[in-house]
Amino acid sequence: MKTDKKVTAATLKKVLQHIKNYRLLLICSILLAALTVALTLYVPILIGEAIDCIIEPGKVDFGTILPILLRTAIIVAITAAAQWIMNTLNNRITYNIVRDVRDEAFVRIQSLPLSYLDQNPTGSIVSRVIADADQFADGLLMGFTQLFTGVVTILGTLIFMLTIHPGITVVVVVLTPISLLVARFIASRTHSFFTAQAEVRGEQTAHIDEMLQNQKVVQAFSYEDDSLAQFDEINDRLHKCSLKAIFYSSLVNPTTRFVNSLVYAAVALTGALTVITGSLSVGGLSCFLSYANQYTKPFNEISGVITELQNALACAARLFALIEAEAQLPDAPDARQLADAEGTVSLRDVAFSYTPDKELIRDMNLEVQPGQRIAIVGPTGCGKTTLINLLMRFYDVCDGSVSVDGTDIRDMTRHSLRSNIGMVLQDTWLKSATIRENIKMGRADASDEEMIEAAKAAHAHSFIRRLPDGYDTVIGEDGGSLSQGQKQLLCITRVMLCLPPMLILDEATSSIDTRTEIRIQKAFQHMMQGRTSFIVAHRLSTIREADCILVMRDGSIVEQGTHEELLSSGGFYAQLYNSQFAS
Amino acid sequence: MKKLFIHMKGYVRECILGPLLKLFEATLELLVPLVIAGMIDTGITGGDTGYIWRMGLLLAGLGLAGLLFSVTAQYFAARAAVGFVARIKHALFAHLQKLSYTELDTLGSSTMITRMTSDTAQLQNGVNLALRLLLRSPFVVFGAMIMAFTIDFKAALIFACAIPVLCVIVFGIMLISIPLYKKVQSALDRVTKATRENLSGVRVLRAFCREEAEIDNFREKNESLTREQKFVGRIAALMNPLTYVVINLAIVWLIHTGAVRVEEGLITQGAVIALYNYMSQILVELIKMANLIITITKAVACGNRISAVLDIPTGMEAHPEISAEAQNDDAVRFTDVSLRYRGGGDTSLSGISFSARRGETIGIIGGTGSGKSSLVNLIPRFYDVENGSVTVNGVDVRAWDIDKLRGTIGIVPQKAVLFHGSIRDNLRWGNAAATDEEIFAALDIAQARKVVEDKDGGLDYMIEQGGRNLSGGQRQRLTIARALVRHPEILILDDSASALDFATDAALRKSLRTLTDTTVFIVSQRTSSIAHADRIIVLDDGEAVGIGTHEELLQTCAVYREIYESQFKKEGESA
Repeated sequence: MKTDKKVTAATLKKVLQHIKNYRLLLICSILLAALTVALTLYVPILIGEAIDCIIEPGKVDFGTILPILLRTAIIVAITAAAQWIMNTLNNRITYNIVRDVRDEAFVRIQSLPLSYLDQNPTGSIVSRVIADADQFADGLLMGFTQLFTGVVTILGTLIFMLTIHPGITVVVVVLTPISLLVARFIASRTHSFFTAQAEVRGEQTAHIDEMLQNQKVVQAFSYEDDSLAQFDEINDRLHKCSLKAIFYSSLVNPTTRFVNSLVYAAVALTGALTVITGSLSVGGLSCFLSYANQYTKPFNEISGVITELQNALACAARLFALIEAEAQLPDAPDARQLADAEGTVSLRDVAFSYTPDKELIRDMNLEVQPGQRIAIVGPTGCGKTTLINLLMRFYDVCDGSVSVDGTDIRDMTRHSLRSNIGMVLQDTWLKSATIRENIKMGRADASDEEMIEAAKAAHAHSFIRRLPDGYDTVIGEDGGSLSQGQKQLLCITRVMLCLPPMLILDEATSSIDTRTEIRIQKAFQHMMQGRTSFIVAHRLSTIREADCILVMRDGSIVEQGTHEELLSSGGFYAQLYNSQFAS
Repeated sequence: MKKLFIHMKGYVRECILGPLLKLFEATLELLVPLVIAGMIDTGITGGDTGYIWRMGLLLAGLGLAGLLFSVTAQYFAARAAVGFVARIKHALFAHLQKLSYTELDTLGSSTMITRMTSDTAQLQNGVNLALRLLLRSPFVVFGAMIMAFTIDFKAALIFACAIPVLCVIVFGIMLISIPLYKKVQSALDRVTKATRENLSGVRVLRAFCREEAEIDNFREKNESLTREQKFVGRIAALMNPLTYVVINLAIVWLIHTGAVRVEEGLITQGAVIALYNYMSQILVELIKMANLIITITKAVACGNRISAVLDIPTGMEAHPEISAEAQNDDAVRFTDVSLRYRGGGDTSLSGISFSARRGETIGIIGGTGSGKSSLVNLIPRFYDVENGSVTVNGVDVRAWDIDKLRGTIGIVPQKAVLFHGSIRDNLRWGNAAATDEEIFAALDIAQARKVVEDKDGGLDYMIEQGGRNLSGGQRQRLTIARALVRHPEILILDDSASALDFATDAALRKSLRTLTDTTVFIVSQRTSSIAHADRIIVLDDGEAVGIGTHEELLQTCAVYREIYESQFKKEGESA
């Protein structure tokens, strides 16, 4: 509980720091709010005074009424203007702050280490940047507009009422909080109904999900009637739970309104009795009655606003946790720019682990000469992907070093290292943009001729041409309607256009039919000419043609050599080879 | 939307009583200013303390009566709304169960799920609120005006002017801002997409050093979102100040007119206060009405979407002109069949002709998208042919009773789907009356007996939703067993051995050969899975480029040879 409070306080401080940029606007907004409330409360008094001038025929004081009404009109106009400006300012402050926070979050995402992004599911990060930021905005706006003006209204009304008549004020002050108590009482009683409803609804959603997602199987087995019967059984239970939950929760409104009307009755009664004794005018009574309405309103709203604010702070805390997550080590100030690497790669005594308690790679050594083809083979989970992560410097080694052209990759800029390596992963990722933008991702300045050249070399040109808008076809999120093979060819084209001196290729396997695979293979062959290449290999031909085969197992290179050497040594490779390729 | 209201049948009483009781409550509320006026004119002016006490108690009594009315009204509204939506859910789910494959493809499962869940929830909320408030708010607004007329005609004219102006402001701002809010939403969607994409593609983006470009791109989208938000915010922010001005200017005018009328002796001071109070009541209700209308608009949109789904015709188109007489004695025969998916552009299958005799095994092979699944989907009539005909046991599938047709066919779909429930429940999908012996016999053929025996509880082992607690290979074998439990005359395996290792695949093929009475269709990408078939159909771009045995096709069909070689070179080389 205590730490919770500390977190809340820390979050609040950060929120305030973000508000600081807009403090001038905020000060204006606060002043305007105070002005608006004061004027809003002043109007009933003026109306009351005017009413006091209207007593009975012959006793109407037009001389006083007209100036009062004129003043009222002017004040009303000022109030409205102030209110509008205040609302606009609040909007601007809120949305600007949320924009700033979102930008910060996004900038931070770009510099977060891959380890953070791999460990936190995409959905959760997206929901922080989008949903949490939205909730935060709503809460902030509500806080500005309702909480502040609500509190000021309550205080202002109290002061005004006290100046008119302290006795009746006491009646209002004592009775009003009852509505809060009643609302809380009902809410606590209905909680269990809502839990029950949520449970059954979850059950129903699960059934709907399961059946509708596999509707074709349901129909193939003529299971429709059984599925419907199961659905109906759940639906009946949900019907009963929902009715209770909805009915009981809808009691809050009438009961608070009832309490309010009791307050109103009490004010009317005590007020009228006081008027008879002469210590209050009829106008004063009318003013009191309108105050009684104004005073109870913020009370009814305030509990909602507070929950909303707490919620907003919780969202802000999650958002700030992302913004403050530790960024990757920045490039050293004297970092080298690697230009046109020759392609010598060496790993010396490399040790690496994703989590400190589970060592993955140890004592890895490797020397690769320019232009060599390195095939990496091994069972799933042996560390092939990890090796790619280290070569691209998505992760830093824990011990030892990785160097390119004799320079430790930690002593060069990440950008220059990565621009020297072309990467095609099995997990084909495309941006939702045009084909052209996707291909030119690595070289925005490439001409269309160069792009088509690259597409031809990657055997992608013919299918791109057949798409509705050719190279300008917009592909949906995650490749949209393209087949897995087509996506793979586009990824190859993307690298083909830059053709950096080193390559990392992850061979596609099962999801592609064999004929497409042959085309992809040809594209790969073409690309690897004269380049240092690392290939996570599944095909025998790739493996046999490699200059060196790295056999990985449980995070380390257990064997290293050419196909013939490894086969004749009769080790793990020979064993793997016989189980996978020989029938 | 209108059609949905037949589901309201049985809740007519609730639908009338709910709003009616709300009107009673509103009427009581409208009496309050009159009581106050009485207090002032009779009680205060006459110094009658007893009268004031009675009126005070009357106010409290009105409040209590209002509470009782509105609680009962809420109950009826909740009953009608919840009951109505429960019925719609039933109707919708039943309807979705009967849609044809073509309609299922068009609709998509995520749409169906949204209709069933969030749309129905919105509808329930909308109906509930509408029953409670739709009549009440306008009643209070116009009731207040009518009460004003009973007090004084001339003063009441101010109400008649103020109310239309207020309506224009409230609804005008609403109408302008709703489409703007939609724009905000789509701007937000773009920001979401940019964020999601950057996370899913982080490796590629960093490999291409795109960090800065992506930040610029994001800033631009974020800025445009903020701009939209501020713009709509500025317009929405007009609502309160404008209505405030109108109401208060009306009050100023009212007091002035009141003063004149009192001077003339036409009304009393209490009446002026009553008029003032009526004016104040109007604003609150108008704002409520505006919010209500937003909710109702949303609910109507949801209702229309649900209604649109309910309007989709179910089942397959009837073809009374096709004779139900047997035309041939083949188990399955395709005659010059072509298929075109709705909205799919080109034909997916064209000019396919072949026949399968009872007990034969037919292999179907081809690249992804070549039409293999389309072909087998025509046998149980999941789709209708565009041209040509498909017969099962000699009878055109369009002349079969659909349940009977599907009952004679066992299908193992590409995606190995199992459902939440015990293994026994799942296998009985094929045949609800199957005994444990029959189930185990099917499991034996599907090479799945061991899968079941290794689980706690055997057939009673509970499968989680989507079969998460089983491996892909285990699921595949169970789905094969599920199809076998019904002793199908025709068995269709749609690429359903892909997750099996070679040894299990071979054993499965061997045991399937013991089903001498069953016609088997095997769809595969592996030549090894179909090499033994009596006939192999090679598909390329929806056309049959070769039909024959493995040996014949190796000689005559280039596509088949290419597929075969791409897979067997490995073995050839190592041998």
